[in-house]
Amino acid sequence: MTIRKTALNAVHRQMGAKMVEFNGWEMPVEYPAAIGCGIINEHMAVRTGVGIFDVSHMGDIRLAGPQALAAVQHISMNDASKLAVGQAQYSALLYPEGTFVDDVIVHRLAENEYLLVINAGTREKDFSWVRDNTRQFDCAVENLSDDFTQIAIQGPKAVNLLQKLTDADLSAVKFYWVTRGKVCGLQNILIGRTGYTAEDGFEIYIPSDEATSTRVWNEILAAGREFGVVPCGLGARNTLRLEGCLALYGHEISDTINVWEAKLDRFCKMEKSEFVGRVALEKSKAAGVKRLLVGLEMTERGIARDGYKVLSTDGREIGYVTSGSPAPFLKKNIALAYVPVEFAPVGTQVKVEIRGLGAGAVVVPTPFYKRPKKT
Amino acid sequence: MAYPTDRKYTKEHEWIQVNGNSASVGITDYAQQSLGDIVFVETPKVGAEITAGKTFGTVESVKAVSDLFAPASGTVTEVNGELATAPEKVNSDPHGAWMIRITLNNPGEIDGLLSAADYEKFVAEEAGH
Repeated sequence: MTIRKTALNAVHRQMGAKMVEFNGWEMPVEYPAAIGCGIINEHMAVRTGVGIFDVSHMGDIRLAGPQALAAVQHISMNDASKLAVGQAQYSALLYPEGTFVDDVIVHRLAENEYLLVINAGTREKDFSWVRDNTRQFDCAVENLSDDFTQIAIQGPKAVNLLQKLTDADLSAVKFYWVTRGKVCGLQNILIGRTGYTAEDGFEIYIPSDEATSTRVWNEILAAGREFGVVPCGLGARNTLRLEGCLALYGHEISDTINVWEAKLDRFCKMEKSEFVGRVALEKSKAAGVKRLLVGLEMTERGIARDGYKVLSTDGREIGYVTSGSPAPFLKKNIALAYVPVEFAPVGTQVKVEIRGLGAGAVVVPTPFYKRPKKT
Repeated sequence: MAYPTDRKYTKEHEWIQVNGNSASVGITDYAQQSLGDIVFVETPKVGAEITAGKTFGTVESVKAVSDLFAPASGTVTEVNGELATAPEKVNSDPHGAWMIRITLNNPGEIDGLLSAADYEKFVAEEAGH
C-alpha cells in the first residue's frame, strides 16, 4: 500500500513534526517541544486557547439531486429531515446488522445537497457503500475527498482567530452549523462550526493544491500568534476526543459493535423512515443489550491502553479497553471500555490488566470532559 | 543535544554511567524525543536483580508504552523517587534523570556497549530511516 500524504506534508516536516502512518496516511502525531508543542502542550492549547490541525485525510462525499434527502435518510441513522440548510448533525452509516460502517457528520449545504464528512481509514469503503446503497434514488454521489485540504481550528479562541481571516460573521454561526465566506482571500469557502475536540471550533475546506494549502496554514498560524496558537497533531486530537468521549472508528465503534452498545442512541432516530440497520437494531433492543461502552478512571497507578483487558475485582476477564490514555487537561488516567451491562453502572469497581497485574479503576459518568457553557 | 562521553549507550537507547562497582541507568535524549511527553516511569524495587539485555521496567509517554532494557546485570540499590511525581524530568534532562542505580555483577559487560560517538552515529542512521 502506498502511504498517502496531505498537501501540508512538507509544511509539517519543516516544522519538525513527528510523522506517523495512520490509516494509510502519513500524518503529524505531534510537533516538537522546541516550538512549544508536544501532545500535552497541544492539548492544553486547545482547551484554553486555540490549536490547528491538518485533517485533510478525512473524506468527503457529496449527495445532490431531487432525492438527496431520501438517500441520506436511507443510509444514515440520524434524522436528516430535521436539518435546515446550513445545519449539520452527527450520524452514522450502518450495516444491515445495526453495526457501524462509519460515523459521519452530515451537512445540509443546499435544498437538495448534502455533504458527508467521513473517516480517513474508511474513505473507499464508505464511498462504495454509499454509492451501492443509494442507486435507487435520483441523486448523484460524488467523492470529493481529494478536492479539499481540511483544517480544523479548535479551542475557545478559535472564533477570534478565524474571524480575523474571514468576512463571514462567525458569531452568527451556531455550533454544528456551516456558512460560506471569504477566507484568506479565497472566495466561497465552506466553514463549519464543528470539530473532534469537545471544544468550540471550526473546520474549513480549502482547495487541496499545495501552494494554497501552505499559504492558508501559515496565515492561520500568523494570525493566531496573539492567541498563542499551536499546530496540533493526531496525538492531541486523540486525547482531546477521548476526554470528550467522541467515538473513534475501529475503537469505540466498528462493524462488530452496534448503536446501543456504543450508547449512541440519541443520534439514532428509530421513529423516522426506514434506514439500513433499523430492523436489526429493533431486534437487538428487544433482545436486550449485553455489553455497554463505559468511562473508566484509574484509581490505582497505571495507564489503561487500547486493547487491555478489563477484569472484575475478583480477577475474571469481563471486557476490554477501546481507548485509554492519560488525560492531559483532567490530569487523570482515563479509558473507554466495553463491559457487560451488570458492570456498567457508575461507581462499579473493576480492574484493568496492565502488564499482567490488575490495577483498580471505577466506572465514571461520561463524557469525562464537557466544555464550560458560555454565559 | 550532545551525548556525554562519561558513559556508555545501548541500541535500545539506555545510558549507563559507571562509578567503580556501581552504575546509574537512564534513557537517552533520542529516546525521550521519540517517546514524547513522559508521564510514567516504572522501575524495579531496591534489591531486585536485573539482567543485561532483559527488560527491567517501563516508561510511558502520553502516546506510547516502551520497555526499558538493562545495559548490564546487577542488583538495584536505589530508585529515583523523584520520577514517580515528576516523570517529565526525563524529557527536560534525560542524561541527568537517572532511573535506577545498580551494583554491577560483571563490570566487564560495559565494554561491549556503545561509546557516545558510536551511539550518535547509530541514532543518526536510525533517524534516517
